[in-house]
Amino acid sequence: MKLKQISVFLENRKGRLAEALETLAQAKINIRTLSIADTSEFGILRLIVPDPDKAKKVLEKANFTVKENSVIAVMVDDRPGGLAASLRVLSDANINVEYLYAFVEKSGEKAVVILRTEDVDAGIKALKTAGIGLLKAEQVYKL
Amino acid sequence: MIWNKQAECMPAHELKSLQLERLRETVRLAGENVPHYKKQFADMKLKPSSITSLNDISKLPFTSKTDLRDGFPFGMFAVPQSDIVEIHTSSGTTGKPIVVGYTRSDIDLWGEVMARCLSMAGTTRDDIIQNGYGYGLFTGGLGVHYGAQKIGATVVPISAGNTKRQIEIMRDLGTTIITCTPSYALYLAESAEEEGLLPRKKIKLRAGCFGAEMWTEKMRDEIESRFKIMALNIYGLTELIGPGVANECEHKNGLHIFEDYFYPEVISPETLQTLPEGETGELVLTTLSRVGTPMIRFRTRDITSLHREPCKCGRTVVRMARITGRSDDMIKVRGVLIFPSQIERALLEIKDVEPQYQIVITRPHHLDELEVQVELSKKMFSDEIRHIEEFRRKIEDNIERTINLRVKVSLVEPKSLPRSEGKAKRVIDKREI
Ligand SMILES: [Zn+2]
Repeated sequence: MKLKQISVFLENRKGRLAEALETLAQAKINIRTLSIADTSEFGILRLIVPDPDKAKKVLEKANFTVKENSVIAVMVDDRPGGLAASLRVLSDANINVEYLYAFVEKSGEKAVVILRTEDVDAGIKALKTAGIGLLKAEQVYKL
Repeated sequence: MIWNKQAECMPAHELKSLQLERLRETVRLAGENVPHYKKQFADMKLKPSSITSLNDISKLPFTSKTDLRDGFPFGMFAVPQSDIVEIHTSSGTTGKPIVVGYTRSDIDLWGEVMARCLSMAGTTRDDIIQNGYGYGLFTGGLGVHYGAQKIGATVVPISAGNTKRQIEIMRDLGTTIITCTPSYALYLAESAEEEGLLPRKKIKLRAGCFGAEMWTEKMRDEIESRFKIMALNIYGLTELIGPGVANECEHKNGLHIFEDYFYPEVISPETLQTLPEGETGELVLTTLSRVGTPMIRFRTRDITSLHREPCKCGRTVVRMARITGRSDDMIKVRGVLIFPSQIERALLEIKDVEPQYQIVITRPHHLDELEVQVELSKKMFSDEIRHIEEFRRKIEDNIERTINLRVKVSLVEPKSLPRSEGKAKRVIDKREI
């Protein structure tokens, strides 16, 4: 149920984000979703792509600093309170959420949220036990 | 290994009388033949014959880089041009370059001191030296070259730059000794790692003499652990001869100055008074046997201290501490004096932080601001902002502790700051003063 995510360090310099995205475009890597976390000093670009290993390789070749790690793709009801229910499960299990960001595409009637917990395995276990739908990597790439 | 036991392990009294004899000869030669000194001695009403003890050196005037510039091109020469067999110049960022000349005996002397330096790194005629110092007007390349030839070692005159080639030579020729700037050595280590030569595959490197720029113990540790070699500090300057004024022995507790050829003093850059041994100040050097361009009390601007406690290697010549700053490199920010090396040390104290940085000084609203740009290392990068922020703050705190000034630290991408293939350029002063 773990989903690979690519994180890229972005120096606070004009055009650096565009350069990262162009690098991926040139390698014909289709970005499924992305999020940017930034401070006034630097940013981190997080990406979900169908071929994370290849994405890492091409970005590194273009001198970007890249890290690969695991996140969880959660299906939530597309209605008020849909996401809150999943977060409640995690907080009841004492699992910290580091960050989350949403998918544009839906899975059927459900919205998809990418979620990173401090302990990814524990997060997956708690969500599954509560009957919350998770997506496998292949399912995410097909959205 | 000691190249010249007689000279390097000379008893103190013998050394002193040799130094006095050579000092008197140098002062005579300079006073009679060098236009600059001739005029200066006349103005001061100083008779070369009045120098009768080593302490009398304090009667002699200092020589500054400006004096050398003003004498451009041949104003510092003590012999006719026909006796000069080689010339080196070093250009400053401002004004005219300085010119030094070597007679045949000067070149011989240079080879001798460089042979001593390379021997400290264990070099013998069986070694292959990869000489990564620039050949040309810069003294680094030819200095090492002459020393290597004196020893009879095999020198590969690859010069500075062309990293890919350097790595290939290191692997294909089985280089055992390397000479280059320490920052370039680290850059080579990075490339060697990328090429899969490190950790320690297919290379025979054993030791290196690194210099021509300021560096730190942490950089030494890094060079030594990445290459698995012994990294020694070498010192010299064009005005005196080039590299070969001093070098560390295998005990790495300061650089042995070859006192039979160079007379060291440490002065206070403010009062210009000579300081007692052991105290930190600016290094002043006098050449004792140079014929082409003898140099009297040259102000090196390098900050160091001298130590004479016995060294385990058996050499009796004095040792100078690693240079910690330049008396003219001091940056004055909001009235506080700062050496770039202090910033470097502050960075190096933090685990996983690489010593690649640049200092940018600006004055946006009539108040100096210091920004330190630090390259993010792979180990520092985390997927989470707060982890990286923690690193950034730790660096800011550590710099503040070192220089008593809060600075702004920016993290930049790895390998984005200029790597010097000569002298590292660490400070960018954008203030309009
Ligand atoms: Zn020693």
